[in-house]
Amino acid sequence: MSRPGRDDAPDRLYTITGGRSSTGPDSPFDLVTLVVAESEPAAGMQSEHAAILRLAEFPTSVVEIAAELKLPVSITKVLLGDLQAAGRVSARHPYRPAITDPDILEQVLVGLRNL
Amino acid sequence: MDSATSDARTPLGASADNGFKIVVVGGFGVGKTTLVRSVSEIRPLNTEETMTQAGEAVDDIREVRGKSATTVAFDFGRITLDARNVLYLFGAPGQERFWFLWDRLFSGTLGAVVLVDTRRIGDSWYAIDRLEKHGTPFIVACNHFGGPVHTPQDVRHALDLDPHVPLVDCDARSRESGKQVLITLVQHVKNRYAGPSAPADLPRQEFV
Repeated sequence: MSRPGRDDAPDRLYTITGGRSSTGPDSPFDLVTLVVAESEPAAGMQSEHAAILRLAEFPTSVVEIAAELKLPVSITKVLLGDLQAAGRVSARHPYRPAITDPDILEQVLVGLRNL
Repeated sequence: MDSATSDARTPLGASADNGFKIVVVGGFGVGKTTLVRSVSEIRPLNTEETMTQAGEAVDDIREVRGKSATTVAFDFGRITLDARNVLYLFGAPGQERFWFLWDRLFSGTLGAVVLVDTRRIGDSWYAIDRLEKHGTPFIVACNHFGGPVHTPQDVRHALDLDPHVPLVDCDARSRESGKQVLITLVQHVKNRYAGPSAPADLPRQEFV
């Protein structure tokens, strides 16, 4: 069994993100933000960045990317921030406040009933 | 722990643009992963989040080694609702360190399911208390493990559950049963916020 991050040397994670361990509470990325690649992986690109671009060929949530990369969510968000700043990914953001709109809740209900 | 490999990934449709979260909280062995698996369209994946106890001020991973880091592992599954909406279902442990990360991970969650083993009802008290304090809408689902059947009144009493909180029985192994649990939760959330009869003093989720 391998859980991402837990048994990794902190130095490895430090290297991946250049020392940044967290994007803090203001991160635009939520667990369920859907990320879409806007470019192909390029030669010489950091391997984690390239892996994200391959994963996000179709919309892929932040938490799925973290699980596939076997990295903690916070580290994944740092990497995604880099890619977004470089214009290599776009983000489809979820509703951040509590969901209270009956129309949206009805859409969820319809989807669940149709399962 | 099984988890889907990259080879087995099932991508979302290109039009998917809105993710929802529902959290299943419960003690060890109560069936959270089983419930997630029974309704998920992907094999449940596992990931984790880590934060130092010192919180946001310590933002450098080199600090982690010398301090007590809070690490929470959680399973999740996925349900495509329609061409645009996709629901992620998170199975998360209810212990104290998990709540330390609640705001970071689960702010804006649609709601929560407290999964209860009626042989160990006390395991759920803490989770219910925290959800009430957070103002997160939730329901309670009792997973079947055989043994003596408890009446809903008994369970409500043992949990000291608010009469407005739905309480349902479920079999976490059953897709249909798991689906009904989710429908009960979303209907509860909708009722809570819908219409002019919604009481103004209802606690709202205030974290963003």
